[in-house]
Amino acid sequence: MIDSIRGCSLLTLNDMSCAAITEVLDTAESFVEVNRRAIKKVPALKGRVVASLFFEESTRTRLSFEAAAKRLSADVLSLAVASSSMKKGESLRDTIATIEALGIDAVVMRHKSSGAAAQVEGFVPNVRVINAGDGQHQHPTQGLLDAFTVRQVLAERLGVIGSETGSSLFEGLNVLIVGDIRHSRVARSDVAAYVALGASVRVAAPGTLLPVDIDAWPVSVVEDFDEAIEWADVVGLLRLQHERGTGSFVPSLGEFTFTHGLTWERARRLKSGALIMHPGPMNRGVEVDSRVADLDAAIINRQVENGVPIRMAVLYLCIVGAAKGEVQ
Amino acid sequence: MSAIVLRHGLIVARAGSRLGDVLIRDGVIEQVADQVEAPPGAQEVDAEGCWIGPGLVDLHTHLREPGREQAEDIESGARAGAIGGYTALVAMPNTEPALDNVALVAYVLERGSRTPLDVAVAGAITRGREGQFLAPMAEMAALGVRLFTDDGLGVQDPLVMRRALEYAKPLGVTLAQHCEDEKLANGGSMNEGAVSGRLGLIGRPAVAEEVMVMRDLELVRLTGARMHFLHLSTARSVAMVVAARRMGLPVTCEVTPHHITLDEVSCSNFDPRFKVHPPLRVLSDVAALRQGLRDGTIDAVATDHAPHAPELKDLPFDEAPAGMLGLEHAAALAYEALGSEECSPITFFDVLSRNPARIAQLRQGDRRFGMSGQGGDVVEGESANVVVFDPDSRWRVDRTALQSRSINTPYHGRELLGRVRSTIAKGRLVVDESVLV
Repeated sequence: MIDSIRGCSLLTLNDMSCAAITEVLDTAESFVEVNRRAIKKVPALKGRVVASLFFEESTRTRLSFEAAAKRLSADVLSLAVASSSMKKGESLRDTIATIEALGIDAVVMRHKSSGAAAQVEGFVPNVRVINAGDGQHQHPTQGLLDAFTVRQVLAERLGVIGSETGSSLFEGLNVLIVGDIRHSRVARSDVAAYVALGASVRVAAPGTLLPVDIDAWPVSVVEDFDEAIEWADVVGLLRLQHERGTGSFVPSLGEFTFTHGLTWERARRLKSGALIMHPGPMNRGVEVDSRVADLDAAIINRQVENGVPIRMAVLYLCIVGAAKGEVQ
Repeated sequence: MSAIVLRHGLIVARAGSRLGDVLIRDGVIEQVADQVEAPPGAQEVDAEGCWIGPGLVDLHTHLREPGREQAEDIESGARAGAIGGYTALVAMPNTEPALDNVALVAYVLERGSRTPLDVAVAGAITRGREGQFLAPMAEMAALGVRLFTDDGLGVQDPLVMRRALEYAKPLGVTLAQHCEDEKLANGGSMNEGAVSGRLGLIGRPAVAEEVMVMRDLELVRLTGARMHFLHLSTARSVAMVVAARRMGLPVTCEVTPHHITLDEVSCSNFDPRFKVHPPLRVLSDVAALRQGLRDGTIDAVATDHAPHAPELKDLPFDEAPAGMLGLEHAAALAYEALGSEECSPITFFDVLSRNPARIAQLRQGDRRFGMSGQGGDVVEGESANVVVFDPDSRWRVDRTALQSRSINTPYHGRELLGRVRSTIAKGRLVVDESVLV
């Protein structure tokens, strides 16, 4: 069990304790305020260098990390892989060694191969590696920001600030994660975060989109999505990933929507106050009906917005390793 | 060639092991006795506390020449083999280009004949190992090739495999299959199961192997041709082959050192040095393979020695090539899997020497390429292919101290029990005190 990410790399949320996750959420809470200022900048990482290496396409995660680093006053080196020497046959190891030689404190990286971030950490033990998504393995900051968003919204309803609630709002909370669990790094990180915080998690997916090791997950499997709708306090939808060859796993997108899409009819059966989440980018009309995605219950834009404070918190804790309370 | 005297070892033989000395001269075991008199100028090897047995025979070595000499060549592979106690290697045909014709086979045999070891060749079953058209097996057989395989890949098309078995049968050769249905393996990079699911890696399920084992056993039943099953990795695969043999089918099988000493959990850190096909399985499979080796239902330990250049093993797990080194540590790993102190020396030499020599048809030797007889007991008149194995020696694997050109061993840093002290190949002392002479 890891009890704090201070001064560490962040590769996975597996083995992360409730305390470690709560610490990140609480730290992020203090950065939310920074993002509401006219001048959105604090000097916490002044003089530090963060390299952003996205070996796989990404818009929102990359922008979110770079905005986070800049708001902490870090210098950001951004490697555009399409124009880099990786295309000329340079190995991952040599690319990382080159970047390291420029003097960096942390690498934020995304890669299409599971485990690539862990390998890079082995290549450069003195640099903190922050996994921004590796293959079908993990997407830790997404898991953290999802948990953060849930806590924030539930705390607002009680008229308190999330950091005053610790992990208490997750006790007895029912989270239903639906869709392409098998290929989803988001699902793996979400499950780890919610379970560590004390929530009860169920998953629903077509048989071909359940992971082979689902029996070992700390979740229960819902065979019929419809039967779990009323149970859920939070419905976490996942992107159906056509680009990873999901096509051969379900007969058609229409059939997926029929069995596992959050249609208007299903959404009407949700508990009042239930939250609908999606890590984006959404396939409107596939995982989620377009009208459902625009309901107040759908807190998808809050997820995007919270990406920045969560990533500020992760960068700050991983690089500076400071204790709580020193942020301001 | 000077004479060699091995002193005070346990001379392991099926007819009865004994303590004593062995005199080797002119490529032949000249005398086995309680004590032999050393001729003038003889090299003396202290075999006190050691087992003296037939030189090891590897059914499954990727020597990478021609085509990928930066990873290994025949000469460096032979050195690695000698350090590991091997006196004969069977070179796999998945070179670039593939060993699918007499010119290439003759090239490897000729290069092999310049090493101290016997280097035999396994020819490809299909042209270019592409799984479509039969390679000229009869021509290669005339050059002495006795094993054929498309290893690296199994022959996927069942009709091609049927034809290959029908064609091979009257040639008196054996087809060796890498059993994995690539459709079911689905481009995966490790065993499908709890670890692959957690790591988000696509799995190669056990059933991908078992389906092809089952298919090929039925084809053997149909054709009556001989077949050898390469690197079986699951309990079910072994059970099927054993059951088929009980029913009289002419089938044999091997396991690798890694499948009997490592399991899928080794892949948890995404280290591509643990990536291999078929993949490392689960502990219950490891236990079943060990049991099969001990009770003699599995014929052989074969290394699947697969050198890869270091930059390739620095690739992400799913992109890195599959395969790991084997020759230099196989004897110690087999000893461990056979129960270390409880390991029977007879079984040890059965699975590492006698049975592989029989399967590869290397008992007789072949003068054309200077090949001597392999896998015989250490008795007077036998070819002098002998290994001295010290079962009490503890040592640590160091990837910077290998004879192979590559360093992709998964055992770096691991302590091993049992070490090859000396290797005598074709009457020459090539390894002594665990270093090359």
